[in-house]
Amino acid sequence: MTLPTQEIDWVAITPPLALVVAGLAALLVDAFAPRFRVGAGLVGLTGIAVAVLSTLSMREAPRSAFCFAGSGLEVPTSCSWLVDDVTIAWWLIMLIATALVLLLTWPATRSGELPSGELHFLLLASASGALAVAAAGDLITLIVAMETVSLPAFALVALRRADRRGAEAALKFFVASVVATAFSLLGISLVYGSTGSVAAGPVATATATGGAIAPVIGVGMVLTVVALAFKVAAVPFQVWVPDTYLGAPIPVAGYLSVVSKAAGLAGLTIVLVRFMAAYVETWTAVVAVAAALTMTVGNLGALRQRHVVRLLAWSSVAQAGYLLVPLAAGGSRDDVTAVLAYTLMYAVVNLGAFAAAVAVASWGLSSVEDCAGLARSHPWIGGSLAFALLCLAGLPPGVVGLIAKVAIFQSAVDGAGLDTTWLAAVMAVNVAIGLVYYLRFLAVLFRPVPSRAQRSDQHLAEDVGGWHGLDRAVPWSTEFVVSVTLAAAVVLSVFPGLLFAAVSP
Amino acid sequence: MIGGLELLIGLPLLGAVAVLLLARREQLAAWVGVVVGTVTLAGAVVPWYSTIRDDGRFVARSDAGWIAALDVRWSLGLDALSAPLVVLTALLSWCCLVSLVRRAPVCGFRPGLVSLVLVIEAASIGTFAALDLIVFFVFFELVLIPMWFVIADWGDEEDPIGRRRAATRFLVVTVIGSALMLIGFVLLHVKTGTFDVIALRSLAPRIDHSTQVVIAAFFLFGFGAKVPMWPLHFWLPDAHSKAPTVGSVLLAGVLLKLGTYGLLRFWFELVPSGATTVAPYLGALGVVGIVYGALACLAQTDLKRLIAYSSVGHMGFVLLAVSTLTTQGRAAANFANVAHGVITGLLFFVVGAVKDRVGSTDLERIGAALYARAPRLAVIFAFGAVASLGLPGLAGFWGEMLAMLAAYSPADELSRPTYLTFMAVAGLGAVLTTAYFVVVIRRVCQGASEHDAVPDVEGDEWVAWSPLVAAVLVLGIFPVVMLWSASSSASAGGR
Repeated sequence: MTLPTQEIDWVAITPPLALVVAGLAALLVDAFAPRFRVGAGLVGLTGIAVAVLSTLSMREAPRSAFCFAGSGLEVPTSCSWLVDDVTIAWWLIMLIATALVLLLTWPATRSGELPSGELHFLLLASASGALAVAAAGDLITLIVAMETVSLPAFALVALRRADRRGAEAALKFFVASVVATAFSLLGISLVYGSTGSVAAGPVATATATGGAIAPVIGVGMVLTVVALAFKVAAVPFQVWVPDTYLGAPIPVAGYLSVVSKAAGLAGLTIVLVRFMAAYVETWTAVVAVAAALTMTVGNLGALRQRHVVRLLAWSSVAQAGYLLVPLAAGGSRDDVTAVLAYTLMYAVVNLGAFAAAVAVASWGLSSVEDCAGLARSHPWIGGSLAFALLCLAGLPPGVVGLIAKVAIFQSAVDGAGLDTTWLAAVMAVNVAIGLVYYLRFLAVLFRPVPSRAQRSDQHLAEDVGGWHGLDRAVPWSTEFVVSVTLAAAVVLSVFPGLLFAAVSP
Repeated sequence: MIGGLELLIGLPLLGAVAVLLLARREQLAAWVGVVVGTVTLAGAVVPWYSTIRDDGRFVARSDAGWIAALDVRWSLGLDALSAPLVVLTALLSWCCLVSLVRRAPVCGFRPGLVSLVLVIEAASIGTFAALDLIVFFVFFELVLIPMWFVIADWGDEEDPIGRRRAATRFLVVTVIGSALMLIGFVLLHVKTGTFDVIALRSLAPRIDHSTQVVIAAFFLFGFGAKVPMWPLHFWLPDAHSKAPTVGSVLLAGVLLKLGTYGLLRFWFELVPSGATTVAPYLGALGVVGIVYGALACLAQTDLKRLIAYSSVGHMGFVLLAVSTLTTQGRAAANFANVAHGVITGLLFFVVGAVKDRVGSTDLERIGAALYARAPRLAVIFAFGAVASLGLPGLAGFWGEMLAMLAAYSPADELSRPTYLTFMAVAGLGAVLTTAYFVVVIRRVCQGASEHDAVPDVEGDEWVAWSPLVAAVLVLGIFPVVMLWSASSSASAGGR
């Protein structure tokens, strides 16, 4: 048997390739020119820029790579790498988010708290995996890509020197993730065993004509979804989230909450829509229940949090619940657009919130109460955080969050022939629960700034270091991320049409 | 592209920013607020006047693309239903802004409050003017955050935890309601493919009956939470008693109207057959609200809570009028809406003034014999109270009267005996209302004076209150100024 020769469309794989190359280059730059501290960062940003440009150049027509030519109708051509407009939208979201995360890590790498070369290498390697997930055309590519996201992420979580919490968090993350991956591998092997293929076309055909073996394929598919649900942090796979986010360096937590989650969603969309179209009625019911549970558990969990990062962690679980709703509605093209639009909004404002958390944490503050008066002492950071919280809550003036939620409501109510209106009602209640903690945080930001004396009363034993008076500076890179995300959120709030234009090229 | 209504919405928003920029010069900032409020009020009267002339059409239209992907258009316009409410909003906001010139809020930062009042004004005008369901929804929600801040940060200075809890409860109930309303909007879009109110007027009534019932029910709960309709009213007394004076005035005078306006605009006009099925329930809940409000008032010892419960009763009359589904009912509802806005606005101002002087709104602590201690203040309070209980010749009378008349002859599809029962019960409620206001006037205004005299009405208060006193008189003596425009809108809108 001769292997079929392959034409590789190099353009189609340029974006992840650029990230990998840039990651390696950053590692080398840091190793050979350690004095040139911004070197690794600049190399990383260049790689992301190349990836963005090559992604934009693909907007005209869908592309594919690593294809096996089929023989007529019987065996259709199947590709392991598919770049369509949905992929491009995922890529742009992931790339922009990665760039923002990279900028957020700069103060920590400059001060030596985080090793620069390793950080950039791991971050870009993980991001390249995320891009690959969105382009995966078969289950093997998907699972390999998912692992490419995860493995560097374990190291990233534990990257903080001299911090045992990080190692503990990484261990939790690792164990949970490995178990999830094991389930997925089992699922894929069941699918392969019963259909003889791992590619989308043949598997979809086999599921449609399943016959006696259909239950096995179904079990295989459900197991495959587990690793993706873990990445999305959907209930019941959300348990790792709060501790891992808390132990990780804050920019890495931001990365997990946006890029890694987006990778999970992209993979979930691919598996559900391309592979399991025949079982749509089954999986929509399952996803609907998962969405309802995820948003409810996330919101109820967030209600009790007093720590900024833990609050954002639980809120990201709740947001994942909203993001699953359009998939529960059937995952049509409009539903996927709603997911993409919401993810873009979420990526921007959630990273804005994490950027503010980075700034606050650099002053040694961690609890929500510590942020009292932040909007007065640092109007820019505090104001941006306030706006991000309003967008996450979905209340004007954060119009973009509101409109993104409207799109989600719309796909829930418009579920093609499927009745998911009840899910919309559950989401309505959840949006209101979410308000309670977002607004509690918001109110704290606008409180009068406690005076130095009051603070030292509160922290009698501690140094008065936990104080965010006017004298506390913010690194320019953090301020830049704060400004960019705020500007993007404001512009998108005035012209929410851009949000949808950006994700449907 | 920038039309008159954009200016009317944009001006207060710009004013809010200007006030914040001038925050260091508190007095100047307050004056800037008054100037902006005056110009907005003048601007609001213009479209009102033209809706009276242009029978039933939308004036000051503007229409531009906004979110193509969701079929949302930036579509604004006023007709005879919404224009009076815009004037009411601008008038009450003006009164609030004037009242802030001489008097700083007890706690909190004055320019912040001025600026939030302007934002609430802009958002409310936007809600009344929106002719696209999603634009309506955005403005509807935009009102909430500023109001939440007003209650949570400028509210009852003795109870910081309580006022924040009241503010959050107000917000959460309203948001659950508005999210349900949004589901109704999206259902309309799913069935017709548009969010445009004018297009929906012809398209939406063709939706099948069962879907219409579902949409009508979503609207009932969505707007009912805002109105507030019994039993969704529980957030209102707390919000009112913890809010600062201007917060109470705007909450009662403007925010509650957003709910009844939504029912008038979207409920019967868009889903008539669904509304017909749901209407008796709305009427019943309205009537329960009337009686419940009256009985609850009799048990109150706090003046602000008392007026809040009386609002539940008044809004019950409005809901009863809406539920009759007749032209007369719509006119009555719109009239009662505006009348309640000016009367309750005036009452909250007076109670706020009493609180400034006595330090409390508790009936015991206010003490008796206000006629002797501050005669003018007492007279204005008694005036507001008798207007509220529906004395003929004042604005409140016509609202209740017309609502009950409308219930006497409801739409043909509705069961007349049911509505006659509603009318009888509402009449009982009106009697109870009279009872509790008479009791309050006796307790507060009359009697032997054991307490110290308090300062009487001062200059700035006269300026802030006199337009409301005048409006109560004009609407009472010449109700035709409102009925005229309201009925013309109804004839163009529904039947």
